[in-house]
Amino acid sequence: MRALIIDDSRAIRMILGKTLRGIGFEVFEAGNGCEALERLQEIGRADLALVDWNMPEMNGYDFVCSVRSKAEHADMRVMMVTTEAEITQMIKALEAGANEYIIKPFSKEAVVEKIQILGLIP
Amino acid sequence: MAISAESFAYLSKMIYENSAIVVGAGKEYLVESRLRPLVAQNKFSSIEDYVRQLKATPFSTLHKEVIEAMTTNETSFFRDIHPFEAIKEHVLPEMIKSRASTRQLNIWSGACSSGQEPYSLAIMIREHFPMLSNWKINIIATDLSEDVLNIARKGCYRPLDINRGLPAALMVKYFEKQGVEWQVKREIRGMVDFRQMNLSGHWPSLPSMDIVLMRNVLIYFDQETKRGILGKIRRVLKPDGPLFLGSAETTFNLDDSFKRVVMGKAAAYRAST
Repeated sequence: MRALIIDDSRAIRMILGKTLRGIGFEVFEAGNGCEALERLQEIGRADLALVDWNMPEMNGYDFVCSVRSKAEHADMRVMMVTTEAEITQMIKALEAGANEYIIKPFSKEAVVEKIQILGLIP
Repeated sequence: MAISAESFAYLSKMIYENSAIVVGAGKEYLVESRLRPLVAQNKFSSIEDYVRQLKATPFSTLHKEVIEAMTTNETSFFRDIHPFEAIKEHVLPEMIKSRASTRQLNIWSGACSSGQEPYSLAIMIREHFPMLSNWKINIIATDLSEDVLNIARKGCYRPLDINRGLPAALMVKYFEKQGVEWQVKREIRGMVDFRQMNLSGHWPSLPSMDIVLMRNVLIYFDQETKRGILGKIRRVLKPDGPLFLGSAETTFNLDDSFKRVVMGKAAAYRAST
């Protein structure tokens, strides 16, 4: 399975990447929403995208809106991983098509449990 | 802050005598990590210093704090999802039929820690069983530790805890923000009755239970105490009521009057008649 980690923090990409590789994902990275759309173009498809909200060029919310407007990524599960912790923001992301949401700071266990909730791992 | 063999032996005996919890050889690291915050909090210079004070005084709050520190467990919402799925897919649909005349369900979450398990049950019932809204649903949640029960009653969780196991859609529906914390909404808090209870001590009167969850707690006790607890559960559990244990726990070789019943990906135990 393929996961795309989209975060402008290299440290967060490393932490998430290590966790995802540990549960069998092939991991790709992008530093913002625009890069993520390019990366998706290159690799064709991903099963999971972990997306930060606040990033330069294209933020995570706009990325979600963009991929949800395209039929080819309809099956991709999208999880926001962000410091945005207001309920209104969460609802906005879920209504735009995000499937799950993790608030920073998070533990490795929380990431794995959320991926289980998404049905990608047993 | 390494612990001496003598201090470990004292703590191990003291914890066992007052809670029946076994802290055997090899668990020194666990005792050290759980006691370190207490040493600082009570302004002792080291674990050895702390143990000296414990030895010198009769059983007190200091001793209780040690026992509580050793029994506070990691927990998350919908932890090990399979028992929750079994309750949702198998147990409750059956009970909605079999209890239709009394319209009452008693559910016991034993060793509930900071409340994630009973709140998960309450949320699941509210979310998936609107037909139970006019039933009397008693979720009784017990724990040895008053400290964790106070946390549980407030139902406030930090981001680190709220992220654990809780689908985002349920988080926005059943929680509200209180500063940086997330509090379970009053309607869900009101469904759970938190009570202090020592499983290895005298049991207070409990109603006859339809479902019992006693997960990841028997592992802390010796065989004899486990048998005693299972025997008492058998007496409070209705004959068709399931007992859910932790995924690594069993009644096998402890109380063979329980029979294993597979429900989806989970296993439960029913007292055979």
